[in-house]
Amino acid sequence: MSRAGFIRLLVVAAAIFGLEVACRAGLIDPFTIIPPSAMTAGAWNLLVSGRYTQDILLTLGSVGLAAVLAIVGGFGLGYALFRLPRLRRALDPLLASYYAVPTFIFYPLFIVLFGLNRLPLVAIGFVFAVVAMAINTLTGFKRVPPVLRRTARALRLSEPATLVQITMPACAPYLLTGAKLVIAYSFIGVIAGEFVLSGAGVGHQIAFAYNNFDNPTMYGLMLLLIGFVSAFNTLLFAWERRFYRRRGLT
Amino acid sequence: MTVAAKGPHASLRGVTRVYPAVEDHSAVHALGPVDLDLCPGEFFSVVGPSGCGKSTLLDVLAGLAPASAGTIAFEGRTVAGQVPEGIGVVFQEDASFPWLTVWDNAAFALRRAAVSESVVRERVDHALSFIGLADFSSAYPAQLSGGMRQRLCIARTLVTRPRLLLLDEPFGALDQQTRLLMGDELLRIWRETGATIFLITHALDEAAMLSDRVGVMSARPGQLIEIVETRWPRDRDSTIVSRPEFGEVTGRLWARLRDESLKALELTGARRGRMVIAS
Repeated sequence: MSRAGFIRLLVVAAAIFGLEVACRAGLIDPFTIIPPSAMTAGAWNLLVSGRYTQDILLTLGSVGLAAVLAIVGGFGLGYALFRLPRLRRALDPLLASYYAVPTFIFYPLFIVLFGLNRLPLVAIGFVFAVVAMAINTLTGFKRVPPVLRRTARALRLSEPATLVQITMPACAPYLLTGAKLVIAYSFIGVIAGEFVLSGAGVGHQIAFAYNNFDNPTMYGLMLLLIGFVSAFNTLLFAWERRFYRRRGLT
Repeated sequence: MTVAAKGPHASLRGVTRVYPAVEDHSAVHALGPVDLDLCPGEFFSVVGPSGCGKSTLLDVLAGLAPASAGTIAFEGRTVAGQVPEGIGVVFQEDASFPWLTVWDNAAFALRRAAVSESVVRERVDHALSFIGLADFSSAYPAQLSGGMRQRLCIARTLVTRPRLLLLDEPFGALDQQTRLLMGDELLRIWRETGATIFLITHALDEAAMLSDRVGVMSARPGQLIEIVETRWPRDRDSTIVSRPEFGEVTGRLWARLRDESLKALELTGARRGRMVIAS
C-alpha cells in the first residue's frame, strides 16, 4: 500500500473510531447517530435476513439501466456533437448550463410519459447522467492526436474501422471518466428519486426507516449503499490505474 | 537505375495544392506546380524552408490530401482519394498506439489486412528484431524512448512490405546523435528491403547523408527549384559525414536554400507584422 493510501485509511479509521467512542460515551444522542459497530451489525442483519433484497435489486437494476442508457446515449450525443460543429456551437450554451437545472422537477412529466413504475426513476438517473458522458466523449474525440487519424488513413482504414480501432481506444481515458461520472450520477438520481417519490427501493426504505425512527435499519441501509458504491468505485479505480499506467499517464 | 530504364516508380505532373478560403482566412496556395519522377529503389529527400509545403507534397503523393491540379501516379496507377496499396507512411509525430503493446502495434496493419496469424507472427518478429525492439515486444509505447517509438512506427509500416516508403521528418524530434544512428538504420532498411524512400526533412545534413538525390524546394508556394545528386555508394552510412564531398553537397544545398529561407522568413515576418497591426 502506498503512503498516501495508508494515511487515507488511517484518517477513515480514526474518524470511525472517534464516532464509536463518542456514541458509546453518550456524547451523541442514539436517536441522532448510532455507533458504527451497530450500523455494521444492522447492515449485516439486513443483508442476511433477505428483507430488503427485493429493494436492493430494484435499486441496482434501475441504476444499471439508467447508467447503460446514459453511457450509450451520451456517447452517441458526444459523437454527433463532434461530427457536427454547427450543432455543437448551437448546443454549447445549453450544455454549459445543463447542471444548473434541477432535473428532479421533470419527475411529474416522466410519470405522465412513462406511468407510475420504475421508468420515471430510470429517466431521472439517465437525464442526470447523460450529459456528463456526452461532454467527456466530445472532449475525448477532440483530444485524439490528429496524427492517429492520419495514420488510420495511411493504413487504409474505413471510417467505422477508424472509429472503433483508433479513435475510441485513443480517447478511452475520457470515455472511462464519463462512464465513472455516469455511474455516480445514476446512483444519485435514482436514490434521490426513490427517497422522495417512490414506494420501493433502497432510497424509499431509508426514508421509511427515518420516518419511523428506526435508526439501525436506516443506518444499516445507508452503510450497505455506501458499501456498494465504494466497492464499485474501488474496482473502477483499480482498473483505471492499471489502464493509465499502461499508457504512461501516471 | 534510371528513370528511363524502368519507368518512374512514382511521378507527379503539374501538381498543385491550394487550401480553400475558410471564414476570415483567404485561400492559401501551398504547393506547386511540382513535377517529379521517383526512380525505383532510390532514396529521395526533400528539403525546403519552413512552411514551404514539404509535408503537403508528401500528403498529396501519399493520397492523404487531394491535389488541386495535376496528376500523381504510383506504379503507373493514378493516386486519388486513398493511400494505394504498396505505399507506407511514417509521420514526424509519435503515431504509436498507446493502448497496444509494441508487438500488437507492429502487427496492427497486418491484422487489418486479414493476413494469417502465422504470417503475422513471422513478419512482426522479424521486423521487431530487425529494428532492435525484439526485447521490448510486450512493453507499451509509454515505456519506450522517443527514438524507440519512432522505430516502432517504422516497424509497423515495414511489416506491410511497402514498395514506396514516405517519411515525413521522422527524426525531427530526436537529438543529433540519435538522428545519425537512426539514419544508419534507415539506410540499412532501404538496402535490405529495396523500397523506394521519399524523405521530407528540414535537416540538410540528414538529407545529404541519406539520399541519392535531394530536391530543394522554394518558399511557399513550394516548387522544386533544384535536384542535387549526391553520388554516394549504396552501402553508405553516417561515417560519410566526415568526407570532404559531404561538405560540398550540404554547401550546395544551403547555397540554393538560403535565399528561399530568407524569403520564407520575410513572408512570416510580414504576416506577423500584419497581425500586430490588426491587433
